[in-house]
Amino acid sequence: MSPFDYQRAASVDEALRMGQQPGAMYIGGGTNLLDLMKGGVSTPRILVDVSRLPLSGVTQGPDGGLRIGAMLSNTDAANHALVRQRYPLLSQALLAGASGQLRNMATVGGNLLQRTRCPYFYDTGFEHCNKRNPGSGCDALGGETRGLAILGASDACIATHPSDMCVALAALRAHVLVRGARGERSIAMQDFHRLPGDMPQRDTNLEPGELIVAVDLPPPVFARHASYLKVRDRASYAFALVSVAAALDLQDGMVRDAALALGGVAHKPWRRPEAERLLVGRKLDANSMQAAAQSLLQGARPQPGNRYKISLAYNSIVRALSMAGGMA
Amino acid sequence: MTLIGKGIKRLDGPAKVCGRARYTAEITLPRMAHAVLVQSTIAAGSVRDLNDAEVKRMPGVLLVLSHKNAQKLPRSGRAGVDPPDGRVLSLFQDARVHYNGQPLALVVAETLEQAQAAAAALKPLYSAGVAQLEFDDAAKDAHSPGKILNEDADTRRGDVDAGMAAARHRVQARYVTPMQNHNPMEPHATLAQWQGEQLTLWDSTQYVAGVRRMVSKTLGIDSGRVRVRNLFVGGAFGGKGSAWSHVLLAAMAARQCGRPVRLVLQRPQLFGPVGGRPRTQQTVELGADPAGRLQAGRHEVYSTTSMMEDWTESSAVVTRMLYACPNLETRHRLVQLNVGTPTFQRAPGEATGSFALESALDELALQSGLDPIALRLASFAERDPQKNLPFSSNALRECYRLGAEHFGWSERPRQPGSLRQGHWLVGMGMAACTRPAKRMPAAASVELLPDGSAVVRSSTEDLGTGTYTVMTQIAADKLGYPLSRVRFELGDTNFPEAPISAGSMTVESVGSAVHAACNEARRQLLALAVGDALSPLQGSRIEDLRVEEGWLRHADGKRAEPAAAVVARSRNARLHAQGNSQAGEETKRFSMHSFGAVFVKVLVDPELGLVRVPRVVAAYGVGQVINEKTARSQLMGGIVWGLSLALMEAALLDTRNGRIVNANLAEYHVPTNADIGDIEILIVPEQDGVVNSLGAKGLGEVSMTGVAAAVAMPSPMPPESAYANCRLRRIACWIRLKRSRRQPRQGLWPLHSAKLAANCNAATTAPNALRLPASSGTRNT
Repeated sequence: MSPFDYQRAASVDEALRMGQQPGAMYIGGGTNLLDLMKGGVSTPRILVDVSRLPLSGVTQGPDGGLRIGAMLSNTDAANHALVRQRYPLLSQALLAGASGQLRNMATVGGNLLQRTRCPYFYDTGFEHCNKRNPGSGCDALGGETRGLAILGASDACIATHPSDMCVALAALRAHVLVRGARGERSIAMQDFHRLPGDMPQRDTNLEPGELIVAVDLPPPVFARHASYLKVRDRASYAFALVSVAAALDLQDGMVRDAALALGGVAHKPWRRPEAERLLVGRKLDANSMQAAAQSLLQGARPQPGNRYKISLAYNSIVRALSMAGGMA
Repeated sequence: MTLIGKGIKRLDGPAKVCGRARYTAEITLPRMAHAVLVQSTIAAGSVRDLNDAEVKRMPGVLLVLSHKNAQKLPRSGRAGVDPPDGRVLSLFQDARVHYNGQPLALVVAETLEQAQAAAAALKPLYSAGVAQLEFDDAAKDAHSPGKILNEDADTRRGDVDAGMAAARHRVQARYVTPMQNHNPMEPHATLAQWQGEQLTLWDSTQYVAGVRRMVSKTLGIDSGRVRVRNLFVGGAFGGKGSAWSHVLLAAMAARQCGRPVRLVLQRPQLFGPVGGRPRTQQTVELGADPAGRLQAGRHEVYSTTSMMEDWTESSAVVTRMLYACPNLETRHRLVQLNVGTPTFQRAPGEATGSFALESALDELALQSGLDPIALRLASFAERDPQKNLPFSSNALRECYRLGAEHFGWSERPRQPGSLRQGHWLVGMGMAACTRPAKRMPAAASVELLPDGSAVVRSSTEDLGTGTYTVMTQIAADKLGYPLSRVRFELGDTNFPEAPISAGSMTVESVGSAVHAACNEARRQLLALAVGDALSPLQGSRIEDLRVEEGWLRHADGKRAEPAAAVVARSRNARLHAQGNSQAGEETKRFSMHSFGAVFVKVLVDPELGLVRVPRVVAAYGVGQVINEKTARSQLMGGIVWGLSLALMEAALLDTRNGRIVNANLAEYHVPTNADIGDIEILIVPEQDGVVNSLGAKGLGEVSMTGVAAAVAMPSPMPPESAYANCRLRRIACWIRLKRSRRQPRQGLWPLHSAKLAANCNAATTAPNALRLPASSGTRNT
């Protein structure tokens, strides 16, 4: 681990000032950043501790939506009565992630900012990684690609975003509220994380020094029919090979609205509004679910080592929709 | 009232849960410096330039030990000590690189953080050589190891071709098991201290005497100048049986620095330099008569080893003895790759070998239509067919019966895929289990003290298995002392020598020595009392006396005296006795094995490729159980290891540069609690008067055998659905290759392949793009 300065911010404004320093990074629970620092993957010169900022509240909006503070722990977010009642999809996704100990430490803001997952990114013994050393190449291509991306990848990077929480937030069409030197702005989930393109070193569209202060959830319409399905190699404490956040607004068997996103398959939670539209205005049945699954996987391009992910994702989407719709 | 067999709680349990138990990495000495290992990042070649000039000037750095400055060792560091203790090590005697992850340098600094920073900054420059990393290529040049420890690499009995030709039922199948890696909770750690010419090593080892031998021979010093110690070892499983490179390097660095040096391996550093289970590729051929009796068999094993040393996974050895089969050939061949040297890993040989053998028997059961248990009983070995000796005891029949009854084997679904629970297909499988019962020469001493307590000592180790507890139990029982008045001390080469704590033989070896020492101490105690004018027992016949709860009592029920009083009046106010144990003539007259039968319920979700094992029932005949509680824990732990071997553990080798891709516990999967369902252990009472004085046969490994085959038993699964195909693991190791005549790599039952293919882009539109045999799995798009 490289030496670094530790600074603790007493207020959001102070954090923003500290965050402007060259080489500064914010740290919340540190469950991902510390691993990266120990492995020599991240080498911040200054850690700005934001974990004690008063950003862990949950407040209701006038429209029935919810604002979740960025420093709320994953455990507390998952177990919050309003989250469980109005956004069971989010609660399920949070509880499917990591382990109890990690969820106790990890924050909502930190979860959004965890780095993408790829063994070639995490081990500095591999020479070529465009994410670690832009322009150096990608050792993952042609290597062990079993866990890597099938959608939205580029020749520069095939890493996947590992978060479960973010998949649910993407499906629920949440917004991320951030504050920076130029004030506050709200970023839609689908615009928050980036596809790798030719700049895989950037995981998100945050500007330097910007701080996540909250996540905003729209009015709950998916509270009654939601299912987060995570397929992984063991029953707990494993990243998703494929995960599906599926939720439905059903009335009299008809789908009024649908929320659908995939995890473990791309550099960001994978969502395609066309896939959701294929479900809306119809009865939920095998045909509509399969059509949605096909649509969501449109353009999939697997690596030699992860072809299975297409059929796994397909089957998982159908299963998750069935579960959400009470059919499985 | 005997203490033998009682489920006494671990005596060291409270110390462990309170953090009072000191492991090697927690021991601190004055002026101690910290060392961090630097490893190669290429698989073959040599170090052209260590590039250490700047690193040596970094804050706190005391030494960068490498081939440039390491002391020249006698015989270039090759001490010629055989495994388990002696291995071919990387001791910086030259600049060559044989695998990715090989120790190249040791950075020693004032603090651990300084050593870590300097180690991370060290970037050697290489001359890269050509590495062999492809198993199939290297297998073409496979060679015979000649011997595997004491066993022959190849055996033959009868005429296999003739037997096979005459057989009604014939199966041939190929099985692949992946490279696996040791991951004990406590990583390897060594603390080295020189005091003049005297070296003391604190080392997380399962063989302090072996480390002393290997270290003294490698350094070329008298073994009397080396003392090796530990108090607790946090798991070992064979990975700490050898003195690996880091042990010697810590000693060399401590000498060169003139300070004590502590070296703790980081988790990723366990992948390579300290061994693991090699990859195996096994072919089993079996032929049986119409009644299912085995007529002929062949078992051929290709296993990987390193470029430095031959180490053989003895997978086919179990096939030589488990079933009566008149015509049999077994063969072991070694495939050399640029990887770290493999080693013993829990149930070495049997764990992988029983997977292949027992799976082939399942194939035969399918083909012959016989019940898997009936098939096994048809070839039940009344005697060891290879040694042509009777078994000292063999409860296998009773294990089948009891296990089947408790499991409900008769209720199992016969038709593939016929039983469902929601999305889950339900299958049931079983297999036989066995491991040899061995012992090696061991010594122990007993000291009876005038306060009525006893101290028993042997150089053995407690790997977390319960050695402290069971040895105390044996000693208290044999002395006739209360458990609370007996203390067992271990983990010190100053104590009477014990063999390696491995091979399921610690109780058999050390326990027998403790038994002998305590018998001798009790004999002395009684002799002293009857000859002592001050004792109320003076003049008694020794046969009339017994020791109970620390009292010497006469059979007449009237006379008694505390042992403490007898000891207090002895010449030095203490009694000392030594006991030894070693295998004798019985090894020539008997074959000695633990046996068992394991039954599993398996759930498979063929759409999502999930496999769960909610229930395991297993019955074992292991001779005399010393501690019911620790025995049960060990047997259960072996089953968990078996499940892990069947479904999870695989070190993934990047065949381009020889690096292990998942060298961490996030990606190298072992089961979590959530993966383990109900495990029911049944112990068949068994008396074995041959194996050793305690009648104990060993149980540390037998329960690891058979499990993978039972999990993989295919009969309840729809053909081709596959159990094979639904495996998620890329390694797809446990898939029977023969059934599909191809080698599936990964993936799922392709339920919707045609539809999907139409919707995916050109790269994947080939009709078979989602069918997952090896050919499509490896084709480059």
